[in-house]
Amino acid sequence: MPHSALPLQWRRYPERYYLKGNYCENCKQSFFPARTVCPNCRRKGKLVEKSMPHSGKIVSWTELFVGPFGFEQETPYFLAIVELENGAKALSQIVDSDAKKIKIGAKVKKVFRKISDIDPEGPIAYGYKFKVVG
Amino acid sequence: MRSVSIIGVGLTSFGEHWGKSFRELIAEAGILAIAGCNLEGKDIEAIYGGCMASGRFIGQEHIGALIADQLGVTPIPATRVEAACASGGVALRSGYLAVASGAHDIVAVGGIEKMTEVSTEQAGFALGGAGDQETELFHGATFPSLYALMARKHMKEFGTTEEQMAACAVKNHKNALLNPNAQFHREVSIEDVMKSGYVASPLKLLDCSPITDGAAAVILCETKKARKLCKNPVEIIASTQASDSLALTGRKSLTEMLATKIAAKQAYEHAKLKPKDIDFAEVHDCFTIAEIFAIEDLGFFKKGEGGKATEAGKTGLNGEIPINTSGGLKGKGHPVGATGVAQAVEAFLQLNNAAEKRQVKNANIGLTHNVGGSGATAVVHIYKKIGGKK
Repeated sequence: MPHSALPLQWRRYPERYYLKGNYCENCKQSFFPARTVCPNCRRKGKLVEKSMPHSGKIVSWTELFVGPFGFEQETPYFLAIVELENGAKALSQIVDSDAKKIKIGAKVKKVFRKISDIDPEGPIAYGYKFKVVG
Repeated sequence: MRSVSIIGVGLTSFGEHWGKSFRELIAEAGILAIAGCNLEGKDIEAIYGGCMASGRFIGQEHIGALIADQLGVTPIPATRVEAACASGGVALRSGYLAVASGAHDIVAVGGIEKMTEVSTEQAGFALGGAGDQETELFHGATFPSLYALMARKHMKEFGTTEEQMAACAVKNHKNALLNPNAQFHREVSIEDVMKSGYVASPLKLLDCSPITDGAAAVILCETKKARKLCKNPVEIIASTQASDSLALTGRKSLTEMLATKIAAKQAYEHAKLKPKDIDFAEVHDCFTIAEIFAIEDLGFFKKGEGGKATEAGKTGLNGEIPINTSGGLKGKGHPVGATGVAQAVEAFLQLNNAAEKRQVKNANIGLTHNVGGSGATAVVHIYKKIGGKK
């Protein structure tokens, strides 16, 4: 079974629900998800919590025809690497979009969706997906 | 650091071993390797075993001790090494460092995976552990999909085509036909690959390496001693490893594997060689696009030229630089933990003129390249033929 334990989901709510990451005031780079140490500055870094922009563009995409456990009902679905407006990247499903418009460079915005419902005894996982705009 | 050589190799056949368990496979490879260089179990001073996900595949951890036990060589130290699909390559490097440092004179390095005792879905889930569980797998990513994201970007940036990727699979199946230990003994055509159906576009079923059972082993020995013990030692003249972000979103570029480039650069420096000096290479083609990345990042072809070079036959058995003479992960099979060690076995055979119908002419220098996950670990080894006792 994929790992979707309640404490894990709970810890990740700010990231998965609101795109919370962090930002290094020393090197001015944004990180998503939040990092414990700035990889550029290490101990000289100064990380502060920061919300990521909810818009970005598709860097690359694929359409999955064979999904993993918990995603059988979704298959086929689109997955993309999205570059947010501040340069941070997120891997996400692309939903509610005309398949012809899903291409490299397409503008996308964040939406809130159910991600998977894999554990009958456990919580339903929610989080971000993106949709093409325009 | 002392010079280290391979003096013996062992390989099980790769495929679906329903009649053999994990422990039998690794013992078979280990015994072949030890017997192959006329040593006895008592001559082995330590074991390093590469294995990615035995806990998920067969419910067994504590693999180091299991291997020593099955080979009947307890109480020597036996250590499991895990770096996803690069477990075998990292185990080889661990054994190399143990001998190079002087801690041991003779060590056995094994690699194994027993993958066919679970369903395809469960195997996919086990392999998913090589990616980032919390930011990739959670969102529905699979391994084919991560490589598909790299493939799509490579196509956009350099004009690489699905046919060029298919040409990797066609070549590797052709080579596997000449390897008695390979999983697949059938040729495929470009058309077969193109018609095989998308797993994660643009990658199709025949762009993907299979699920495989298999084990490989090599015996490493300090080179002066190796020359006395063995007729045909093969010297490891570089052993390097690099890491990168676990998730694709942390990479600077999606069209290269930085860990491969760095490990390769260091390996060429150690060996005082250039890419053009390499006579053949076994590279990590878990997906066809991964072979294109590898031959570019290892410096055999310019960035963006890998697909065209493959299509033009430059990486074929009689090409400019033969790539994956064994059949590679695509044709020979990919028992993940065994792969990095099996690549070293192929290098040893090629450099000893023992690769039968797939023998590369005048092979003096070989290279192996093993990747973990979507590129978060890369291991490169360079090998050289040397003479031993008469």
